[in-house]
Formats: sequence, structure tokens, C-alpha cells
Amino acid sequence: MESKLIAAKSEPLWNTNNKVISIVCGLVILLFALPLFGLNSFYLHLFIMIFMHAVMAQSWNVIAGFSGQISLGHGAFFGIGAYATSFFYMQYGITPWISIFFGMFISAIFAVLIGIPMLRLSGHYFAIATLLIGISFQVVFQRWDLVGAASGLWVTMTPEDSWIALQFHSSKVPYYYVFLIFFLITFFVVWLLSRSKLGYKLRAVRDDPQAALSLCINVSNYKIIAYVISAMIMAPMGSLFAQYILIIDPDRVFNIEISIIVLLITVLGGIGNVWGPIIGASILIPISEYSRIYLGGTGGAVDLIFYGLILMIICIFRPNGLISFIPKDILERKKQR
Amino acid sequence: MTSEIILQALVTGLMMGLIYALIAAGLSLIFGLMEIVNFAHGEHLMLSMFSSFWLWSLFGLDPLFSIPITILLLAFCGILTHYFLIRYILKAKMLIQICATFGLSIFIRSIAQLLWTPDFRNVDKPILEGRIEVGSVFIGQPQLYASLVCLLAFIGLYLFVTKTETGLALQATAQDRHAAEVLGIPSNKMFAIGWAIGLGCVGVAGGMMANYFFIFTDVGINFALFAFVAVALGGFGSIIGCLYAGIIIGLVESLGGLLIDPSFKLLYVFVIYLLVVIYKPQGLFGRY
Repeated sequence: MESKLIAAKSEPLWNTNNKVISIVCGLVILLFALPLFGLNSFYLHLFIMIFMHAVMAQSWNVIAGFSGQISLGHGAFFGIGAYATSFFYMQYGITPWISIFFGMFISAIFAVLIGIPMLRLSGHYFAIATLLIGISFQVVFQRWDLVGAASGLWVTMTPEDSWIALQFHSSKVPYYYVFLIFFLITFFVVWLLSRSKLGYKLRAVRDDPQAALSLCINVSNYKIIAYVISAMIMAPMGSLFAQYILIIDPDRVFNIEISIIVLLITVLGGIGNVWGPIIGASILIPISEYSRIYLGGTGGAVDLIFYGLILMIICIFRPNGLISFIPKDILERKKQR
Repeated sequence: MTSEIILQALVTGLMMGLIYALIAAGLSLIFGLMEIVNFAHGEHLMLSMFSSFWLWSLFGLDPLFSIPITILLLAFCGILTHYFLIRYILKAKMLIQICATFGLSIFIRSIAQLLWTPDFRNVDKPILEGRIEVGSVFIGQPQLYASLVCLLAFIGLYLFVTKTETGLALQATAQDRHAAEVLGIPSNKMFAIGWAIGLGCVGVAGGMMANYFFIFTDVGINFALFAFVAVALGGFGSIIGCLYAGIIIGLVESLGGLLIDPSFKLLYVFVIYLLVVIYKPQGLFGRY
């Protein structure tokens, strides 16, 4: 770990494999140009969902992949974000652009409150606690009259498309760009995090807490930091999702399925790797959306059966996810020597 | 609010607590053996209740008599789980172990939803029906017998683990897998036995609960959460701790429901969990 840290310090931040840079730049330009080709709204929806789930999975990746703590109730932060924007917009007329930050702030506070007692202990305690939290939030919001209890919040519609209220009724293209920009920002931030000193410390905490402790890394503090960062990535996605569908209720935004799918995407793509969630989301979300179209009427839970099966198969045969099929030297930074 | 109502709540809580204790004991046994938390425990409970239901509905077998079959089915299910899933992830990282059993729970629940639809079912006119009145307290007969059978099964489990040779071998494997293997105890077989017994306990609890509880595909979630809390409260890996923890949870749930609001019972249990983890992280009887 020490030698890796020194290596990380000595190399400039931008020094990475040229092939990867050109591929990533090409993809980003392609993604920005995509709506110009006149995609129909289903494909736009598909891409929006991929971006959203990739960011959500990335958020889970920060806590589970980097610092090694499994959160089974990450949907709670998604719901907090969703309720924050809708509630403040409907009650006080605050634009979602500001209340996204309220959602992030509230999520961060909850992450600290949960993290302080739980993250001092081994992972099982945290996993069980987060499972309880995810369901507790759903129970509380189902009965909280101020936020519409079980019927949820129906965001007041603006008569026309509005960037201030972040509502677009005529086309999905603006949503596409909003989600795309959040997606790129998040990935850039997490990518920076993964190769920063903080990222290396988090991975040290994950791999060997005792060794990390002996190197003066305060293990529980770093776990809490990771949890807060993760919560703050999750909350804006909830906010944007609320603006996208404009009707939120506890059963939708606090659903345990959200916590399941972020876990699944990350484990499928490759846990602890920045690119894992992108790969996982771009494989799983199309499968899930198409299976919803073709198998949707047959009882509903078919895609969940596949999720469970895929999760077990991946855990048994490919614990490092699909990304382990890609040769390592493509992903790692170019050696300078 | 009279003393009778509080007494009634205490009795109800105690009866529920004994069931939680048995469910948690199975979880604790499995954790003690191989340090894997079975996140599919609630789904296994659901399977046992459905097994009881289908035996009643297809063959007219009363849940009371179908319990041995349910136990055997669940034990078999436990061996299958070990053979097809757990065997491969014994040496994996904790993260992968949690994901794998969580995946199993999603898989079982959604298969059940596909096969049996999410409808609520119940067993009509079981042999155990009605209620008895002791003083001013009403006790439902099925609940009473369920808790008594669970208590008996718990005592049986405890005697099995502490007195018989197989039980001692299980304990040895739990303490040190490799040392036990050196002494000629095959750890793989012990793990399979542990899974069979752990899920057998769930079979008893589910089979008895089928007498009076609604049977639906999501029934296990709450019970599993309470069992997790009971295991943490009693101390991971301690079986006798589960008994006390289960009773405490049952009492808190029913008193909290009576005194504050029944719809938030999950929150009271969560508060207990937080308190335990903050003040006594090793639990009441924990080894760690």
C-alpha cells in the first residue's frame, strides 16, 4: 500500500493510457451528439435510466467498493433527495436547482448519524442497520402527513417547459442533457477520488483495517467520510428522478428494489472499480427495460428472478465482476518507466 | 390504559418473542459456524409457511401434523443452499458473501411471487383455533402452542448443540475450522449439518405460524429483520443469547405498539439495535 501511495504521488494526475483517453473522449462526444440523430423517446428514456442507475451504482460503489462496507438500504438517500426537491418546490416554491443541495445536505447528516455508531463495527452490523434504515424510511414516509403520507407528492406542473422549475413536458432531450451532465460530473469526481490520497486510504481501510490503523489512518472516520460522499452522490439522482417523473410516493422512491439494483449493477460490472457501474448499468438497464416491455404483464417479478440469479452466479464465478474480463493493462495507467 | 391491557401486551409480546428466538437461533447457528449471515433467512421462513400451506391445501394435512415434513423440506433446502451456493463463497470476501445470500433472497422471493402470486392466504379452520381466557387475559390457542413448540424446539436445539457428539463437533468447527479438521471432523459436512439444523428451526417456526399468520411472499422480511436484530442483541454466534434477545424484541414490539403507535414497530426495534450496537457491541452473550 505504501509503495502504491508513493507511486500515486509521484505521477501526475492526468497521466493515463492514451488509448483510454481517446475512447472516453469519443464516447462523451457521441453521447452529447446522440439526441441530434433524432432518437425516439423510448431510447432517450433508456439512456436517461442508464445514466441515472450508473450514478446510483457509482454512489454505492464508493461505500462498498472503495471502503468495503455494504449498505443494503441505499434507497433511503435516493428517497430523501426526491422528497427534498418536490417538497421544497411545492411548499416554498424553491427551485429544484437549489433544493438538490438541501437533499444532499440532509442525506449527509443522516449518513453521519448512521455512520458514527455503525461503522465502528464489522460489516455485518452495518449491512443489517442499513437494511433496517431503508425500510424504516419507507414506513415513516408512508405515514408522514406533511409530505403526503402514502399517496406521495404530486409536483405542481408548470404550464410550459421551464429550466427554473426543471420540468420539460414536450421533449425528453433536456432531461437527457441534465442527466448526462450529472453522470459525467459524478464519474469525474469519483475517478478523481479513486486516484486521490483519500481513495487509496479508503482502499487500505477495506483491504486491511488493522494495517491501515497502524499507518495512522483513522479507520472509522474514513468509513464515515466514504458513507457521506456516497449519500451525497445518491441524493441528487433522487431529486432529478422526482423532476423526471413528477409524481413521487414512498413505495416508489424508498422501494427496496432501488437498493437491490444499485448493488446488482455494481457487483455485475465490477465492484471497487470506477468503470464497473457504467458497464453494469449499460448491460442491466436495457435488459430490465426490455424485459419490462415483453414480460411486464406476466406477474411482474421476472426481472427480479434474473437479478437474484445473476447476483449469485457473479458472486460464485466472477467475484470481481464483468470488468475482470477486460485485460488489466488497458485500464491501468501507463507505466512511466 | 389499565393493567390488564398491559398484561395482555406482555403476554402477546412474550409469545411472539419465543418465535423470534427460534428463528434467530437458526441464523445464529449458521453465523457461528461459518461467519456468514444468511440474508435469505426470511425467505426460508416464507418457504416453510408456504410448504405448510400447500400441504394443507393440496393434501388436507393440518399444519400441526405437517410440521415434520416441513422441517425435513427446509433441512433439505438448507443442504441444497450449502451445496449450490455457500460452498463456493466460504473463502470469498465478506462483501461477496453478503451479496450472494442477498441474491438468494431476491431469487427465492421473486420465484415465489411468480409461482404463487403475491396474494394473501391463510389456513382455514386448523385444529388449533379459538382462544382461552386466563384471568382477564385472552390467549389465542394457535399463538400459545406455536410459542410453546418454539420454546421446546429451542431447548432441543440447545441440548443438541451442548450435549450430543454431533453438537460438540459443530461447536468445535465453529471455534476453529482447521483444528477441528485435524481432529477428524469434516468441516464441509458440519457446515451442511449446520444449514440443515438452522433452516430446520425456521421450519418449526414457520410451520407453527402457518396456523394463524397470513401467508404471503413478503412475509419473511420483517421476521428476518427482527431475527438479525435478535442475533446482534444476543451476540453473534451465541444461541442462548437469542432466547433472551428474542423475548426482549417481542416485548418491545408489543409494548411499543400499545403505548405509542403500532405502525412504527420496526422503528422501536431499530432503536434497540442502535442502542445495543452503541453501548454493547458484542451483544449480551457475544463471543467477540
